[in-house]
Amino acid sequence: MSFRVRHRPWCGTLLASVLGACSGIQTALDPTGNGAQAVQRIWLLLFWVCAAVWVLVLLALLWAMLRRRGDYDPATTPEPQPYAPTERRIGRAVGIAVAVTVATLIALTVVSYSAGRGLFSESGDGAVSIEIVGHQWWWEVRYLAAEPSNSFVSANEIHIPVGETVRIILRADDVIHSFWVPNLHGKKDLIPGQVNVLYLSADRSGTFRGQCAEFCGAQHAHMALFVVAEPKENFAEWEEKQRRPAKQPQNAEQERGQQVFLRGPCVMCHTVQGTMAGATTGPDLTHIASRLSIGAGRLPNTRGHLGGWILDPQTPKPGNLMPPNLLPPEDFQALLSYLDSLE
Amino acid sequence: MSPRTLLLVVCAIAIFACDREERQFRPKPPAAALSNTIHMSPLQPGMPMQAVQTRNDYESNAYAVAQGQQLFRAYNCNGCHSNGGGGMGPPLMDGKWIYGSDPANIVATILEGRPNGMPSFRGKIPEQQVWELAAYIRSMSGLLAKDVAPGRTDHMAVKNPENETERRPPKQTATPPSALGTD
Repeated sequence: MSFRVRHRPWCGTLLASVLGACSGIQTALDPTGNGAQAVQRIWLLLFWVCAAVWVLVLLALLWAMLRRRGDYDPATTPEPQPYAPTERRIGRAVGIAVAVTVATLIALTVVSYSAGRGLFSESGDGAVSIEIVGHQWWWEVRYLAAEPSNSFVSANEIHIPVGETVRIILRADDVIHSFWVPNLHGKKDLIPGQVNVLYLSADRSGTFRGQCAEFCGAQHAHMALFVVAEPKENFAEWEEKQRRPAKQPQNAEQERGQQVFLRGPCVMCHTVQGTMAGATTGPDLTHIASRLSIGAGRLPNTRGHLGGWILDPQTPKPGNLMPPNLLPPEDFQALLSYLDSLE
Repeated sequence: MSPRTLLLVVCAIAIFACDREERQFRPKPPAAALSNTIHMSPLQPGMPMQAVQTRNDYESNAYAVAQGQQLFRAYNCNGCHSNGGGGMGPPLMDGKWIYGSDPANIVATILEGRPNGMPSFRGKIPEQQVWELAAYIRSMSGLLAKDVAPGRTDHMAVKNPENETERRPPKQTATPPSALGTD
């Protein structure tokens, strides 16, 4: 009894983590959309086949261990001699086991191959085309449009309409990255000098987390992005907002903040559409306040975190390209007010 | 030399060798008191620089020089200096220096700008990055040790890498008419 009482919290945590793995914003076991469902189907098939094989092998081992062979005394029992019928039986058993194993492996290979072909057989433009460029360590997101003036740039977050096929064009700027949103699809690499294409779709609305899945440097683990799947109308509204240039300052403090941005170091790397800031080394900040995270999923996008990030980005994400910026307090607060207004 | 001494020497060398790849993400500028070494007097642009001797610690750190190389592109120095070959701005890979080849001279050029073209980047580029840029700029004419200078570029290569560039001894050139500021 004392065992159960003492271990209950531990067991509870274990159970929760096992169950928790089956749902969430970043799991391949809670799929939505064709891609992730195909991945899950093959995962479940492999899991159950391998589990069955494992159980059968252990049962055979158990049977072999427990089987009664009669008493054996080395002093009196003569050396066992080869006996043709037994040899034949053993040979047949091993032969059947090998054949079943080979057949299983071939069947799984065929299933895996056809699932892979299914996953990457789509083509066409898709309802929405998004170009994603991998950088160390963030995602540049470019919504393409037939009319160039309708395209816009964002970072570390993509929105997609539910039920539509979305074409994702993958490129890289520096090293190889990999785009992986487990709830929506398998992985695909972003390779410098090569364009890869992936088709996503989401069956239900929700926010999903993606992660760089190819080691790309010190902050590889802090290179995440969010995918927000939302109903078509909401998506159209969001898209319309993102296309607009940045909001003009509404009051004196935001005005000052804009001046700090344009005259200070920010303008050297970042873009704010509708102002003079047009550098592309860092993420586009035109609608920074509408995004969920800063630092590619490193921190939630709140005024406090943003302030900390601007003052010292090297503590939460050492090695990233943004240098520490020690601004005078009034300038700093004004800058935060301005950035907060960029919805 | 006893084996023990030998081991000590090897360890000491190993420790010093680490400097080359040391990565400082929140460093202080190597010469914080820059304004005391370089005076930008009203007559300064166009006049030969006083000989200053500063030490830029980044010139012995391969990571810092590589950062400088990356920044050279990120801040669009290429736009005028074209990978060091020169275009709208003077070439940086030759041995001719208008405003001095000392690290502090280069830093002053970047921070304060120069007449007829070179803008001032004071307040726009953190001073520590300016020193990284200065280290990289000196590597373009082969003034840095070969084990520190970049061996490749992240982008399409248009010239030999900096660590294969032969040393071009700095020569102070006459001030070009464009720098006299008579207009």
